[in-house]
Amino acid sequence: MRLVITKDYDEMTEWSARYIKKRIIDFKPGPNHYFVLGLPTGSTPLGIYKKLVKFVKTKELSFKYVITFNMDEYVGLPRDHPESYHSYMWNNFFKHIDIEPNNVHILDGNATDLVHECNEFERAIKESGGIELFVGGIGPDGHIAFNEPGSSLVSRTRVKTLAQDTIIANARFFDNDITKVPTSALTVGVGTVMDAREVLILISGTSKAYALHMAIEEGVNHMWTVSAFQNHSRFLCVCDEDATMELKVKTVRYFKGLMSVHSQLINGNDHSSLLHTEN
Amino acid sequence: MTIYRFRNCTLMRNHALIIDDLWIRHGKIIDPEKIFFDEKIQANIEYDCQGVLIAPGYIDLQINGAFGHDFSSPNEVNENILIDVARKLTSHGVTAFLPTIVSSSIDTYKILLPKYKRQVGSAKDGATILGIHIEGPFLNEDKRGAHRTDFLRESPHGIEDLLSCYGSFDNVSIVTIAPEIPNMIENVIPILIEKYGLIVSIGHSMASLDIGERAICSGARFITHLFNAMLPFHHRDPGLVGLLTSHRLPATIVIHYGLIVDGIHTHSAAVRLAHRVHPQGLVLVTDAVPALGLPDGIYRMGADEIVVEKKRATIAGTQTLCGSIASLAECVQNMRQALLDGEINKSNEKKIFDDKDKNKFIVESIEAATVHPASVLHIENQKGTLSFGADADFILLDDKLNVLSTFIAGEQAWAVNDKWLINNLHIKSYQ
Repeated sequence: MRLVITKDYDEMTEWSARYIKKRIIDFKPGPNHYFVLGLPTGSTPLGIYKKLVKFVKTKELSFKYVITFNMDEYVGLPRDHPESYHSYMWNNFFKHIDIEPNNVHILDGNATDLVHECNEFERAIKESGGIELFVGGIGPDGHIAFNEPGSSLVSRTRVKTLAQDTIIANARFFDNDITKVPTSALTVGVGTVMDAREVLILISGTSKAYALHMAIEEGVNHMWTVSAFQNHSRFLCVCDEDATMELKVKTVRYFKGLMSVHSQLINGNDHSSLLHTEN
Repeated sequence: MTIYRFRNCTLMRNHALIIDDLWIRHGKIIDPEKIFFDEKIQANIEYDCQGVLIAPGYIDLQINGAFGHDFSSPNEVNENILIDVARKLTSHGVTAFLPTIVSSSIDTYKILLPKYKRQVGSAKDGATILGIHIEGPFLNEDKRGAHRTDFLRESPHGIEDLLSCYGSFDNVSIVTIAPEIPNMIENVIPILIEKYGLIVSIGHSMASLDIGERAICSGARFITHLFNAMLPFHHRDPGLVGLLTSHRLPATIVIHYGLIVDGIHTHSAAVRLAHRVHPQGLVLVTDAVPALGLPDGIYRMGADEIVVEKKRATIAGTQTLCGSIASLAECVQNMRQALLDGEINKSNEKKIFDDKDKNKFIVESIEAATVHPASVLHIENQKGTLSFGADADFILLDDKLNVLSTFIAGEQAWAVNDKWLINNLHIKSYQ
């Protein structure tokens, strides 16, 4: 894997946004050659969406030939509810960029047949040619999307019941009323994300520090589902200083030493061979 | 159906100024999120609004005439004057109004009322005609203002007297009456509201606060040009002005009150007083006379002559004010200035504009001419708002609240100059 350690949240989001931008541009997407992007929600990626929007407004980046697949969505929440992931993606990203509505895929938590909805999602990913880059965050318990501890590491898109901790943590978005928080969600599986050609995980803040340690310094363990990406050939992890608090000094020093190589990932002139090194 | 997207603008929505795009289709404001996820299509035509403010179009609940036309005159060709005023009012940012008829003879009402029909607005035909505001003749002689004494009436037989006076309420939206006239509270007001679905406004009255409260309890919900043509506020009998702070009205009722903020009819201190005490009820009205939009001179209104000079309109031969000649757009600007003036004196320093101050009182002033008048008529979901599903009647304003362009049902009805013509705002798509 590659671990890029940045100074703080702002630098982390700047780096990541520029990486995503360069990946899309270098890919040279076109009408028969779409860039398929997996996207997360939550507080961590907000800064990245803001910066990507800025790139679109300054015409440095276009999403005209980009297809997106979001990671998850609550079950039973009206789509126009301010806390639905549809609302999140619309307000923070889609309304500001030039993406075609038909190229946007978000799981429908109000589908009459949820299992069918999940299977169709997997099929749509396959039909698009597979995900080129899957961007995600990590929970304090090391989960990716809604793959709570104990989720199968080869799981596919399915319905998951939310852990009590997650429900409590989310109550703040629902008037602090636990009864209003959705209790289940549709989510891509660990296996679904593993199928992507590259995985980019964003980790910010001390609250995620222990999860980062368990994800990259300990073994692959379904209790910390992000650890599954140790088995991915292109796992890129971008974090800030605070998130490294539980890592060994050795680990941090090693990856900081590689920053000159890593910085070419966002600055370099299409050294695509570089993408396959240092993993 | 073509979808239009107005970009690069600030919208007045949900009582705040936000940076967001305005999406229009089929003459209505639509929710782009639904379009994106349900219909999966994009806007067909996009406009660059150069960073200006977009507000709902202004609504005037009391206007006696404009551009030389007098709504109370039975002599002119009436359907055409309505459209002529409706078209020209768009230059003031007005997208809907109530032509107002002052106290007149029975014959006049029989001629005029059937002719002023409601009319949906459009770029071609101008502002929407929401209905008629009949101001009088059931008013108190002592507070008649510019109304002619010989036309005033009483209602000893209750509603029958109104019916025989007006003929029919078909095209009428608001009736202004003096509630102390016998039978008004007990008999007339409830019938006007329940049977004829009208909005009852009280004004041109000597009523005490007690009578005013009883009028509200019997269904009246609007006060015609507060402060004018009523008893002044007195600390032992607040009169109708006291309705703004009455403790004897049901909590669910919102009393609205018209205010003429032309810089003449209402002192800015009075504007601030009313606003501080009951901001949600403030409705800006022009109470404009036919001279609105015309230069100084002598004009006709009702059965009288009026003199217009230096922004004042008086009855010929007297000092009695008879309505204003400030446009509704100017009233909004005046209201904002009155509120700003109140702030300067409070802090006692040189006014320094920071980002927050730059937009101070813009929302309140605009709402007084949009959502508040719409609420009086119970049409606040359709008019006076930029909410999804509302009629696409809106205006472009600069940062001093000058009207740059007016749109009705999504089409451009007026632009201040070529720069704001819709074709010049069009973002040509590039490949």
